[in-house]
Amino acid sequence: MTTATARRVAAGADTQKPRGRGRTVSARQNAIGWLFVGPFGLIFLTLLVLPIGYALYLSLFQKSLIGGTRFVGLGNYAKAFTDPSFLSGVSFVISFSLVLIPLQMAVSLAIALMLDILVSRFARFSRLMIFLPYAIPTVIGALMWGFLYSENFGPLADIFGAFGKPAPDFLSSSLIFYGLLNVVTWQWAGYYMVILYAALQGIDPTLYEAARIDGASQWQIIFRIKIPLVAPALVLILVFALIGTLQFFNEPKILQPLAAGAIPNDFTPNMYAYQQAFSLANSNYGSAISFALAAVVFVCVYIFMFATRKRGNILS
Amino acid sequence: MASLMVVGVLAGCSGGGGGSSTGAANANSSNCTNKIKNKSAPVVTLWAWYPNTEKVVDNFNNAHTDVQVCWTNAGAGGAEYDKFQTAVSAGKGAPDVVMLEADRIPTYQVQDALVDLKKLGYADVKDNFSEGAWKDVSVGDGVYGAPIDGGPMGMIYRKDIFDKYGITSPPKTWDEYAADAQKVKDAGGPLFGDFPANQPAYVTALLYNNGAQPFTYNTANKGTIGIDLNSAESKKVLDYWQGLVSKGLVGKQDQFTPEYISGVIGGKYATYLSAAWAPGYLQGAGVGKGADAGVWATAPLPQWDPSNPISVNWGGSAFSVTKQAKDPKLAAKVAFGVYADDASLKDGWENQIIFPLNVNVLKDPAFINAEVKFFNGQQANKEVYVPAANAYHGMTYTPIGQYYYSAFTKQIAAINDGSKTGSQAADALQADVVKYAKEQGFTVK
Repeated sequence: MTTATARRVAAGADTQKPRGRGRTVSARQNAIGWLFVGPFGLIFLTLLVLPIGYALYLSLFQKSLIGGTRFVGLGNYAKAFTDPSFLSGVSFVISFSLVLIPLQMAVSLAIALMLDILVSRFARFSRLMIFLPYAIPTVIGALMWGFLYSENFGPLADIFGAFGKPAPDFLSSSLIFYGLLNVVTWQWAGYYMVILYAALQGIDPTLYEAARIDGASQWQIIFRIKIPLVAPALVLILVFALIGTLQFFNEPKILQPLAAGAIPNDFTPNMYAYQQAFSLANSNYGSAISFALAAVVFVCVYIFMFATRKRGNILS
Repeated sequence: MASLMVVGVLAGCSGGGGGSSTGAANANSSNCTNKIKNKSAPVVTLWAWYPNTEKVVDNFNNAHTDVQVCWTNAGAGGAEYDKFQTAVSAGKGAPDVVMLEADRIPTYQVQDALVDLKKLGYADVKDNFSEGAWKDVSVGDGVYGAPIDGGPMGMIYRKDIFDKYGITSPPKTWDEYAADAQKVKDAGGPLFGDFPANQPAYVTALLYNNGAQPFTYNTANKGTIGIDLNSAESKKVLDYWQGLVSKGLVGKQDQFTPEYISGVIGGKYATYLSAAWAPGYLQGAGVGKGADAGVWATAPLPQWDPSNPISVNWGGSAFSVTKQAKDPKLAAKVAFGVYADDASLKDGWENQIIFPLNVNVLKDPAFINAEVKFFNGQQANKEVYVPAANAYHGMTYTPIGQYYYSAFTKQIAAINDGSKTGSQAADALQADVVKYAKEQGFTVK
């Protein structure tokens, strides 16, 4: 953006000033532009591009305990896409996204619409409270839910016990999906709500006035005006949530020691990459898994962007 | 210690960057958890998680003017191994001396991360340990750790629960164990034991207890490994536990978690099959201090064939010198010297934090006849742990232990959630581990 502006200014200068002088001005302005970009560029290169490049380089080698390291080209990728551990992890995060994202969107949109209509001190207080889980670090949040789900410490046993029913164990392998679903929704719905709420606040109120004059009900205003106008924000949230969920790591990793065997080391692709790199001394395959996951994320996001290309213009 | 483990996991998440700062502590003593007494002496860094490490390190530092130990707790078990592995891969960031369970030593030895101590003071302390103790820390001809403690196994049980449900003598065989479990359940009692997915080393000990020999690894032929995880013996053990789990006789809770410990305190489990170090850990977690004080007792581990009993071991650690040590000689001195003085060993065994391998302690009548407070004055060492330790013949550890444990955890979880029988789990485990070993370049027999 900065470079683009600099160039435009430079181009403008070109048309007005004589050629020779123009070039020096343009060169100087270019230099200044680069100077502004410099600090960002340096950090971008050293902390993002370089590590990614190095990981890509690592992923082309195979390391084994006996025989050392050798170049295998795309061999690690071929292995990843036929590795049942990786594939089951990918299928888990995809099915998790398919349930989580609509749920999360519905919850955050409903709350945002409600808070948009209510104007009272209570609404402001609720907004803060609903946002609060996002302010709690993921680690603390996940640990807290781990204890809430716990059979011995949590309230579930007491609540269900009062009705004479056994409490559901959200940390067992059959219910861990829903246990995690709840943790993530709790943590992120508030954040998405704030984004949607901000988008709703940005809508020109005269539209509502006009709608009401035309006899529209509150529901009609919501479905015909508000939701269509915040659609770009919804698309943005969806992309955030999709990328975040496909890279699922923190919550399952933290709940792992609490969830008796329900969360194996290859539960999600990122956890599997972590295990390969940091427990099994195989950072090469770990890197390959990370890149294979990046490819999956890219494909999923692309499919989604393609499907919503008419509505969501914020990212295009 | 359970909370330590959780913290360890969290620290593990926060990235590899943390490890290197610890390694840099060589020159800078302010990063140590302990206080350095003799500031002018050279410093050796140490990672360890014994609950009384601070006391042990202080004892060492007070007695030495030529070297000082800078101790860090890098997490217990897996949390530490992940950090150490990262430091080994990175080629920097490892401490000079690292606490490793004996079963992990080959994993790091094969990566050339550990120093052979044979010429660095081994001769001076050779007679302090049994041949078996040295075997567990050796790979081929090399000695890669200073043995500290072992984990002869027994059956810790709740006397009050046994009395209440009319179990007059602790079960001696696994058949009796299952029958007693059924008896307690039929009378509406608690679970009899636990089958934890996160303790594959413990379940491995149970396989050995039936005479299984899951691995053969001859270091003379470094690239060859024998894997026999689905033998009839292993299948019998896993099917047995699957039976107990499916009948609801034992729990399926992970161990070393707050959930499990609170269950233990609350009398949810009648027995805890564990090693000699367990009481120290349990007391540290608050067991035996409240309403459950004085209800604990211990007995020998049940056997498959009482006429031919097999003693097994779970856990037990050593201090290894890493290849990244600046001064391996000095580091070896620390490895052999820390937790080797009488005061530290006494503190360790009196509180059941360690079951020492030092033969001078094992022969000491004070140790043998000690009346253990946790077991309500029972002479636990004499009755259970010393005989178990004496009858222990060792296990075979391999460089693929890390993967094996992870794969085994998955199969135990499958047994626990009812998706596999014990035999199916054993077959799946065999296939999984063989595949990994081949990928890692081993010739599998």
